[in-house]
Parts: sequence; structure tokens; C-alpha cells
Amino acid sequence: MSAPLLEIEDLSVTFNERMAAVRNASFRIGRGETHCVVGESGCGKSVSALAVMNLLVSAAKRTAKRLSFAGEDLLAMPEKRMAQLRGNRMAMIFQEPMTSLNPAYTIGSQLTESYRRHKRASQRDATARAVKLMGRVGITAPEMRLGQFPHQLSGGLRQRVMIAMALMCEPELLIADEPTTALDVTVQAQILRLLNELKDEFGLSILLITHDLGVVARVADSVSVMYAGEVVEHTTARQLFADPQHPYTRGLLSCIPVPGKSQRDKPLGSIPGVVPQVSVGFSGCAFRSRCAFADADCAGTINTQTATADHNYLCRLTPTRQKELARA
Amino acid sequence: MVRFILRRAALGLLVALTVMTLAFMLTRLSGDLAISIAGPGATQEDIEIIRKAYGLDQPLYIQFASWISRALVGDLGNSYFFKDSVSNLIAARMPITMTLGLVGLGLALLVSIPLGTLAAMREGTWVDRAVTVVTMIGQATPSFWFGLILMITFGLTLGWLPISGTGSWQHFVMPGIVLAMTATPALTRLTRSGMIEAIASDYIRTARAKGLTRRSIIFKHALRNAAIPVVSIAAVQLGFMLGGSIVVETVFALHGVGFLAWESIAKNDFPVVQAVVLVLATIYICLTMLSDILNALLDPRIRST
Repeated sequence: MSAPLLEIEDLSVTFNERMAAVRNASFRIGRGETHCVVGESGCGKSVSALAVMNLLVSAAKRTAKRLSFAGEDLLAMPEKRMAQLRGNRMAMIFQEPMTSLNPAYTIGSQLTESYRRHKRASQRDATARAVKLMGRVGITAPEMRLGQFPHQLSGGLRQRVMIAMALMCEPELLIADEPTTALDVTVQAQILRLLNELKDEFGLSILLITHDLGVVARVADSVSVMYAGEVVEHTTARQLFADPQHPYTRGLLSCIPVPGKSQRDKPLGSIPGVVPQVSVGFSGCAFRSRCAFADADCAGTINTQTATADHNYLCRLTPTRQKELARA
Repeated sequence: MVRFILRRAALGLLVALTVMTLAFMLTRLSGDLAISIAGPGATQEDIEIIRKAYGLDQPLYIQFASWISRALVGDLGNSYFFKDSVSNLIAARMPITMTLGLVGLGLALLVSIPLGTLAAMREGTWVDRAVTVVTMIGQATPSFWFGLILMITFGLTLGWLPISGTGSWQHFVMPGIVLAMTATPALTRLTRSGMIEAIASDYIRTARAKGLTRRSIIFKHALRNAAIPVVSIAAVQLGFMLGGSIVVETVFALHGVGFLAWESIAKNDFPVVQAVVLVLATIYICLTMLSDILNALLDPRIRST
């Protein structure tokens, strides 16, 4: 594999120097690869994505050992240069298609402005490209949509507009933050299929944030499972479903009904409790308060373990040992 | 859009009728008009003659009906003291009041939009707090007092500006500043809160994710949305300012509608008082309508309903 497009090593984000939203997260995304970051709400998924784009609020502070995009160091990059990358070589779409578009401007004006800024294109060229891309992402009658305002479009259409907008400048990286969460199931499936097609067509790398393992199964090449700001398991999508290592990952998977496997009269799995808020200086495993196998040693330093070459996880216990404990 | 305007117009007409009724009632409440018109030392007979001549002997509802029916065709009656038609009196003074109001509003917007935007962009810092303190002081300052202070400072001590009259544009500077001060605090706070809300919104995050310049994010994307309530309130504020110009015109001896109202109230010249109230109310109603229309033009979500 050639050099990865996005490399994140030991990324940490703190809020007001107290709350640790992301702690030493590391993952890399190759060109043309879809990487999913999965976890419950409040695990630091969105914050990690915003940290890559340098779009964090001013109360947040980002540190990392390494944060590079196409070989360029994002940590030392001045904001002006960063703004030239944003919307141009790396684009982002968001969870809330209903509010992510500016209500005061037409679809056409919002689609064309980044292209005009980044590519120095004329309004006519930008409009032509917008029409083409709108057609590509499955928007019917694109010329008519140009003059419409966001409130005249459905949620699914708006998300398609957001995707078209993100693709305007042919980005190398597309960050999608829960792009299908607010949509109907049928629209969700269409959007995911679209993202898959676009990935192949444009050679896009996609960083997709989701809490839905169903989404992961559909689109991911590789996966990071995040818990309380840490990447607790990092592997290929195939490995994750075939051989999950971390108790949290196994817990998440047990929450999904599998036709033919789950029994009607038996309860589905669940993970008791909620994701804790972790403050700066927290040590040990953050999942121990909810973990069935936790003991006193889980409060100590946890080292990353390797299951296979491209599969590592953050737990003292191997799955075999977990099974033994479960039986006991 | 046409239906929208028609609906607002019908509503405006009802408000105008209510205002006319109130204005009529209030002038009648202030004592026997025949006696005050006749003045001190008038005999009972003089008073009776005046009462008959002005139709004050008729039942109130007839007086009211005749005033309304004449007002509807533009006849606002005659002044008792100026010996001229009320319409002429008001028409002659309206340009001065309008000029003053527009100068005041222009200055207010010129100050409050940049100030509110600045405060929002520096939310929570000393800049923001300073803006809040300044607007609070502005809000709490009585306009007649501020007018006099300006007169003493720039008119008398420094001699930069004329202190009264309407001869040139310089005459409108100080009254305009005083009038602007009454509207600036509200408009500044509105701009600030609108901008804070806009900056925190999802579409601004989108604009930032698109790599737009800071200028485009603040002025094109955020201010456009924050400006919607500011513009509509500004139109309403202009109405307040026209009313507030009674104080300012009196202090600076600008012979506008406000000054006329003050004189007429003092002299119980009730046709003029009624008419001024009616005219100002009508302007106010039109401005409110205008504000709704502007609101709709700026906000596509309202425009299409």
C-alpha cells in the first residue's frame, strides 16, 4: 500500500483543559479507502473529525504526535493554508441535513461558492459543474433545484445537496459525520450506496462516523471503535465482525439482532450504563465501569495488544480469557 | 406574497381605526373643550357660541362619526389656533420630522450593526462586555438631557454645530445623534444575539468546512441571517423615533410634527392633536407592514408561505 492519505497518531482533544474528549487516538486512511469510526454518542468521534478539519470550537485544544494529510503536516499548518484545503481537498458532510444549509441562500449559490473560491472558476462553469454533480448524486431536475431554497427540499434531498457540495472541488478526503442518521431507512440505504459508488468513481477516501454497525458492515474497509475518547479496537471491517476482541466491541455487536441467530424469547444484548465523561489525567480502562470482566488491574495502564498484523485492541484480556471469565 | 400583503393591510386598517377611536376619546377626556378654546375670561354665552360653532354640543358618537368620515377622505379639520387646515400644518412639518427620523435611524444602524457584530465575534471577552455596558448606559440616558449636554458641548463650548433651527444639514446632526441613541441599544443587542446564534449554527459550520474566507462566513452567511430581525425591528424603531421626536424637536426647536404636537397639546388644539396621533399611527402601521414585507423578502422561508 502506498503512503496513507490521512495519518493520525496520538490525537488528543481537551475542552477547557479539563475534559478529555479524544485521548491518544490513532488511525490512518489509505487512498480510496473507507474508514469507519464507530461508537456510542459522546465517544469523541465527531470531535476527532472536526480536529482533522481544524474546525473545533475555541474552547477545544488539539494536540497530536502526528497529523498529516497527503504528506502535509496539518498541526503546523497556518489557518490560511488550512482554509485552502477545506472544501477543496478535504470536504465534510454533517448529520443534520435540515440545518446544515444556509436558509437564506439558494441551493445553486451554496453549491457554487466553494468551487468559485477554490478553483477561481466563473459562475457559469461552477453552475455547470453543480448541475452535473446534482444529477450524479441522484437529484432530479437539477436546474430547477438551483433556484430553490433549502426549506423547499426534503431531508434526503438536502443530504444529497450536501454531498454534491462536498464533491464540487473533487476532494481526496470526504469526512461524513453520521450522514444517514437523520434520514429514513430507505433513503439511508440509497445514500450509503451512493457513497460507495462515489468512492470508486472519484477515488475518494472516506472517513465515516457512525454509531450504527449496520452502516459499518455496508461500507467500511477498516474500522476504529472509539470509547470515551480512545480508539479501543482498530482493524479491518471483516476482522471486526468475524473476530472482535475488545469487550466493548463485543458488547456493541451483541446489541444487534441477527436473523436466524437471535432468539425471540431471549433478550438482545445490551451494555448497562452510559459513556463516562473523562477528565484530563484519567488513567486505566475507561470501559471498566461497564465491563463484566473488569477487576482492580483495569485501573492501571493498559497496553495495546495485537491480534493479527492489522488488528489491535486496548484490553488486558484476550477473547479466550474473556470467555473463561464469562463461564466462571 | 400578494395575499400576505393584503392580510397585513387589512390588519393595519383595524389598528388604525382603534387608534382613531382612542385618540378621539383621549382628547375628550381632557376637560370641556369649549371652555379651554374660549380661554379665561370668556362669558357663558361665548362658550355656548363656541360649543355650537365647533359642533361640540352634539352627542359624542355624532362628533366621532363626522370626524372619522371626514378623516377618511383626507379632511382632518381646521386648527383652532393656527387658522389653517390641519393637513397643511402637518404636511409643512412632516419633511423635517422624516429627515430627522431617517438621519436618526441611519446613524443608529451605522453604529449598532458593526458594534453588535463585533460583540458577537468577541463573545465573552472584555470587548463584548464593554459593548454591553455602553448600550446599557445609552438605554438609561434620557434623550432631553443628552440633547442638552450635546448642545452645551458642541454648540456652545466648541461652537461646531448650531444648537437650534433647521437651516442646514448641520442642524440635524445633534438631534439625529440624540434620536439614534434611543434606538441603538436595542438594535445592537439584537444584532449581537442574532450573530451569536448564527455563528453557532450548523450552516456556519458548513461554511467553514467549505473553506470560505472569514469575511464571507461572517458577513455573507452569518450577518444575512442575523440581519433579518434587525431590519424588521429597525422599521418599527423608526416609528418609535417619529414619536420620540416630540422630545428631541422640542429641545432643539426643530419645527416638525413633534413640535406641532407639543404646541397643540399645550393649547388644547384637539383637531391637530387627533390628527398628529392619527398620522403618526398610520406611519407606524405602514412601517410595521414594511417590516413584515422586508422580513419576508430577506427570509425565503416566510416569502413562500
